[in-house]
Amino acid sequence: MPKVAAPSLQGMKHNFLSATATRGYSSIYDHSAEPINGIKVGVANSALLSRTITGVKNNKQLQDLGIASSSTKKMNMCQSINDALKISMETDPKAIVFGEDVSFGGVFRCTVDLAEKFGPDRCFNTPLTEQGIAGFGIGVAAAGHTAIAEIQFADYIFPAFDQIVNEAAKMRYRSGGEFSAGGLTIRSPSMAVGHGGIYHSQSPEAYFSHTPGLVVVIPRSPIQAKGLLLSSIRNKNPVVFLEPKVLYRSAVELVPECDYVLPLGKAEILKAGSDVTVVGYGSQLYVLENAIQLIERDFPGTTCELIDLQTILPWDVETVAQSVNKTGRLVISHEAPKTSGFAAEIAAEISNRCFTRLESPIGRVCGADTPFPLVFERFYLPDIARCYEEIKAVIKY
Amino acid sequence: MSIEEMMNQCFSNHLGHGKGRQMPVHYGSKSLNMYTISSPLATQIPQAVGSAYAQRREGKKKCTVCFFGEGAASEGDFHAALNMSSTLSAPVIFYCRNNGYAISTPSTEQYKGDGIGYGVETIRIDGNDVWAVYASMKKARDYAVSNSRPVLIEAMTYRVSHHSTSDDSSAYRSKKEVEDWSTRDNPISRLRKYIEKKGWWSSSDESSAKIEIKSAVLKALTDAEMLKKPEFKEMYTDVYDELTPSLKEQMDFTRKLADKYPDYYRINDFTR
Repeated sequence: MPKVAAPSLQGMKHNFLSATATRGYSSIYDHSAEPINGIKVGVANSALLSRTITGVKNNKQLQDLGIASSSTKKMNMCQSINDALKISMETDPKAIVFGEDVSFGGVFRCTVDLAEKFGPDRCFNTPLTEQGIAGFGIGVAAAGHTAIAEIQFADYIFPAFDQIVNEAAKMRYRSGGEFSAGGLTIRSPSMAVGHGGIYHSQSPEAYFSHTPGLVVVIPRSPIQAKGLLLSSIRNKNPVVFLEPKVLYRSAVELVPECDYVLPLGKAEILKAGSDVTVVGYGSQLYVLENAIQLIERDFPGTTCELIDLQTILPWDVETVAQSVNKTGRLVISHEAPKTSGFAAEIAAEISNRCFTRLESPIGRVCGADTPFPLVFERFYLPDIARCYEEIKAVIKY
Repeated sequence: MSIEEMMNQCFSNHLGHGKGRQMPVHYGSKSLNMYTISSPLATQIPQAVGSAYAQRREGKKKCTVCFFGEGAASEGDFHAALNMSSTLSAPVIFYCRNNGYAISTPSTEQYKGDGIGYGVETIRIDGNDVWAVYASMKKARDYAVSNSRPVLIEAMTYRVSHHSTSDDSSAYRSKKEVEDWSTRDNPISRLRKYIEKKGWWSSSDESSAKIEIKSAVLKALTDAEMLKKPEFKEMYTDVYDELTPSLKEQMDFTRKLADKYPDYYRINDFTR
């Protein structure tokens, strides 16, 4: 009989919280997070963000674009998204921004000042109807204009599901290439925020990743969000752009002021390593960063490679497969429930491509297979402890 | 519902009927025939039509009442529901509270027309007049039950407070507008003036009631806040009628993890 590996907590001697440093609860949402055994956790302490001029100069993505020395401005992710929207409206007179409450700046303030700057014909409130917003956006895009729609929370995108999945995604295909909704970008805040409960916390990316014709993008930082959003708006396919709302204010970087685009469908290697490949996207990367720091502290000599997928559909199989062929091990993590989550797709494809190189089963650290529970958020999320335990189980297999 | 029950829900403690899964003010009560509130907008409206249809089939002279705001009435579900209630002859009362704003969006940006078709009997009332609300609801119920037909009530009012604790409405409306409404047309002071004029209420009744109610609310709030959260296994129950093997496995793993890192997971905040 093949061995069935059930989740376990073997190797109890390694405990990422030592007995002397267990006071207090730390999470990525806690800005005053206490260090765990000397490691400072959370977005505010992350080495993944380019907060200084040197950091910007060393930013690989900006180097590739040749703009690592251009002038920058300190922005949080909300401001960098606002900046991308402003640039797209300045450079494309056919671009319009619309959705619920966007006119006064939006409930998260991502569309602030756009109505004043570009007028009520180009940035406006719609009635409260997500199916209407998506359908309207498809019409705008099909007429050759640029539609940038906001769905106020990803949890509320489902009335628009039919329009997005059956209409936006399939218009080019069903019309023999004569029409398309390629000019449509739907932005929506998603993922956990610490107090959102069932209907302000969901990560619906896997539903859309199952839809040929759509592009699904999830940014992790201000610099990346600006480049990916400008890319999404100018892309010739309908894009669902899911913004981790917990990062709107907590993630701050020096963002190039110029107009730049980052490629879609490309993953980014955030940290090179040789023993295990760890894949994530959005705010989960900051949890993975901390889990990796703890693993490398507890298992000297072990190095982990961290990859940010950036685009969920179409995803960068090549970069992940190359990495796993090097390390022989893979752990994937996302907040969405485990069953039929996007990690399942990555695991299936990588087990196929890297079968002879794999030295352990592929690990998945995901949200529980339950709705998102308000007071049980810390038990639901793939937090530092869970990621640490899974990476450990995979490297010690 | 008692103040205590409402506070227990608000604080997601282990006595709350929602088992800590939803945000505050998402009430429900099986004993009061009140479905649990869901955050997505307007989803309850077609459901109310289905419920009313089932009541008609039971022949027990019952009806369903469904509450929503003028913002929710823009959702597709609202239009589907009104059409279905009319074509299927469902004894349902749609109570639309038109308070002028859907978060920041004024109702003038929500609708251009006036009056809704679908062959549903409709009445627009002064939603700040408690007697108008009572009389129209009573009349609507009689009509819905005796004719097995839907009724739509549009109650005109104004949202004096912010949309939520995370909203600052001064970003999209003037303080003066809010002050005017709360002084000029306040449903609570209008009712007070009426009952004072009738000799049913006095300023001393008013001040003692204020003290009494305030202390009851504060006590319920403090009590509810002190209570522990529900047991962590409640995260996994009610997803299905019974735990699936995969949920059992996930629950067991979480228990082991919580036992290993009790402080990290603050397990003392939860009942065991």
